[in-house]
Amino acid sequence: MTGVPSSASPASSFAPAIETVGVTKVYGSGNTEVVALREATMKIERGEVVALLGPSGSGKSTLLSAVGLINPPTRGEIRIDGQVVMRGPRALVDVRRFRRERLGYIFQKSNLIPFLTALENVLVALAISGQEGRSAKRRAMDLLGSLGIAARAHNLPSALSGGQQQRVAIARALANRPSLLLADEPTAALDSTLGRQVMELFREVGHEHRAGVLVVTHDQRALDVFDRTLMLEDGVLAEGGVGQSVG
Amino acid sequence: MNLAIRDVRHNAGRFLLTAVGLGLLLMIVMGMGGIYNGIESDAVLLVEEMDADLWIVQRDTRGPFAELSRLPANVEDRALVVPGVLEARRFVTHTIQRERHGRPLRISIVGLAWPTDRGAWLPLISGRPLGQGHYEMVADRTLGLAVGEAIRLGKDVYTVVGVTRDMIGSGGDGLAFLTVADALAVQFDSVGEATRLERAARRGRAEGMDIGLTQPGLLERAELPASALPAIGSPMVSAVMVRLKPGADIETVRGNMAGWADVTVYTGEEERQLLLQGPVDRARRQIGLFRVLLVAISAIIMSLILYTMTLDKIHDIALLKLMGAKGGMIFGLVLQEAFLLGGVAYVLAYFIGLQLFPFFPRRVIITDGMLVWLAFAVFAICVVGSSLGIWKAMRVEPNEVLS
Ligand SMILES: Nc1ncnc2c1ncn2[C@@H]1O[C@H](COP(=O)(O)OP(=O)(O)OP(=O)(O)O)[C@@H](O)[C@H]1O
Ligand SMILES: [Mg+2]
Repeated sequence: MTGVPSSASPASSFAPAIETVGVTKVYGSGNTEVVALREATMKIERGEVVALLGPSGSGKSTLLSAVGLINPPTRGEIRIDGQVVMRGPRALVDVRRFRRERLGYIFQKSNLIPFLTALENVLVALAISGQEGRSAKRRAMDLLGSLGIAARAHNLPSALSGGQQQRVAIARALANRPSLLLADEPTAALDSTLGRQVMELFREVGHEHRAGVLVVTHDQRALDVFDRTLMLEDGVLAEGGVGQSVG
Repeated sequence: MNLAIRDVRHNAGRFLLTAVGLGLLLMIVMGMGGIYNGIESDAVLLVEEMDADLWIVQRDTRGPFAELSRLPANVEDRALVVPGVLEARRFVTHTIQRERHGRPLRISIVGLAWPTDRGAWLPLISGRPLGQGHYEMVADRTLGLAVGEAIRLGKDVYTVVGVTRDMIGSGGDGLAFLTVADALAVQFDSVGEATRLERAARRGRAEGMDIGLTQPGLLERAELPASALPAIGSPMVSAVMVRLKPGADIETVRGNMAGWADVTVYTGEEERQLLLQGPVDRARRQIGLFRVLLVAISAIIMSLILYTMTLDKIHDIALLKLMGAKGGMIFGLVLQEAFLLGGVAYVLAYFIGLQLFPFFPRRVIITDGMLVWLAFAVFAICVVGSSLGIWKAMRVEPNEVLS
C-alpha cells in the first residue's frame, strides 16, 4: 500500500480493518524457542465480526496482541485500515497514537480502573484521545445507555456485577470509535446468557459502527453470532472451523 | 479529569494514615531544627540582651559564660575613666541547683548592676523590674516561680517581683535576676561555722603579727564580715560590661584597656562566638548531625512510600498506556499524588508541631526560613521519590495488562 500517509489518517472505508501478512511470532531463543504463530495471514473487513477459535496455547492471544500493536511480531506485516503499521518487530507509525485512535480492547477480566466510576472509566478513554468537556460526557452517557447501564454510571467498578463491568469495558473500548475492536475471551467470566448478550453486542457494534471485530472465544454456543470464524492450531491459522456460520 | 485526586479519594483512609505518619516524621524533622535553633538562641540570648560593646573578663579566660572568670569589682571604676566609655557595669553569673517541692530546681543567677540596671530591659510577662537593692528577684517563667513567691537562697529570702519569658541561660536553665550584691551573697554564702572559723583564723593571724599587738582595733575589725574588710579585697565579679559613647572607636578603647595586666577584653560579637564555639558547640553539632540523618531517613521513607504507591497502580498505568495515554497523563498521576501526599503531610507536621512544641522542656524555635527550607526539601523528596515510581511506570509494557 504505497501512497498512504504514515500517520493515523482518516480511515479508508474500502480497506480492510485489519490485514496480516505472514505474521510469525517466536518467543525466546535457542533451546527455549517457542514459535507461537506461523505465517498467519488473514483479513477482516470493516463491519465484519469474526471469532478466533483454537485450543489453549495455540497462539490466539499472541495473534490478538500482535494485531493490537501490543506485542510486535517477529516477522510479517500488519496493516490497519490499509496502512502498514508493523513490518516485523518495527513500528512504521506512532503506535501509541494508533492504539488511541483506531483500536479498542476488551479483556477477559473487565480491567476497569478501580478508582474511577463507570462513567469516568469511559471518559478517561475519551480524554486520552483528546475529547473532554460536555460533549465527551454526553457521548459516554450515550454509550453506557446503549449498553443498558446508564443507571449505574456513577458506581465504582467494585459495585458492579461482572456482566455490568464487562459492558463498561465495552463502552470504553467503543468510546473513540475504533475501526478495530479486539476482545480476548471477554465472556469467560460471564454466565452463558450474559455471554451471549455480550457477543450479540459485538455483532451490533461491528455492524452499526462498521468496525472490524475479532473475538477470541471458547464458547461454542454463541458462534452463530459471528460472520466468520478463524481457527488457530499450534500457531497455524486456518479459515473456518467448528460451528462456522456464513454471515 | 484529574486521576490523582480520584485515586486518593478512593483510598482516602490509607492516604490519610500515610499522610499522618509522614506528617509526624516531618514534624520531628521540623522539631529537630527548632531545637537546634533553640540551643543556639538560648546560648547567645544573654549576651545579645545585655548588648555590651566590650566585655572585660579575667586575664586569659574565655569568661564569663564559657568558663569561670573572676575580676575585682573595681575594674568597673577603672573602665569608667577610659576615654570613650559611656558606662561600665559589673556582671555576675553563676548557676545554682536547689530543691523545691522535692524536685531539683536549676537557676542561672545573673547579677544586675543596681541601681543603674534594674532589669527594665527584661521581657516581663508579669510583675515589675527590681525595685530595691536587696531581696528581690525577677525570674524566668520556666523556673515555675510566680510573682509574690518567696524563695530562700543562702541566708536570705528573695521575693519574686517579676516573671520574664524566654530568658534562658546557655545551659538551658532559666535565668533569675538579682542585684550584683545579692548574686554575690548567694554565690559566696557560707554556713555560720565556716564564717566563725574564718574569723577566728583571721584573729589568730593578726595576733601573731606585730601590727595586731600594736593596734588592738584591728583585731576588732577582723571580726567583721569579709565584705567590710578592705584588706580582704573587694568582691569578685564575673565580668564588667562596657558601653561606649556614640562615635567612640572600639579598638582604641580596647587598646587602652589592653595595658591592664589582669584582664582580657572581648567585643560583644567575640563573646557571642565564644559561646557558640564553646559550651553549646557539641550539643549543636550533635543535633545538627542528627537532623541531617533524619532528613535523609525521611527522604528514603517517603520515596519508598511514593514508589509503592505507584507500584499499586502499575496495572492501571499499563492499562492507560495500552489505551494510548500520553506520558504526561501517567507522569501527572504519579507526581500529583506525590505532591498531594507531601503537601498534606507538611501541613499536618506544621499544625501538630505548633500544638506540641510548647510542651518541650527547652525552647523549640521554628523560623520562617526553616519552614521554607523544609517545604523545598519535601518538594524535592516528592520529585525524587516519585521519579523512581515514574521510571517504573514508564517502563511498564502495556501487554502487562494481559497477564
Ligand atoms: N511471553 C511468552 N514467552 C514465551 N512463550 C510464550 C509467551 N507468551 C506465550 N507463549 C507461548 O506461546 C504459545 C501461544 O500462547 P498464547 O497465549 O498465544 O495461547 P492462547 O491460544 O492464547 O492460549 P489460551 O487459550 O490458554 O489463552 C504458548 O505455547 C505459550 O506458552
Ligand atoms: Mg490466551
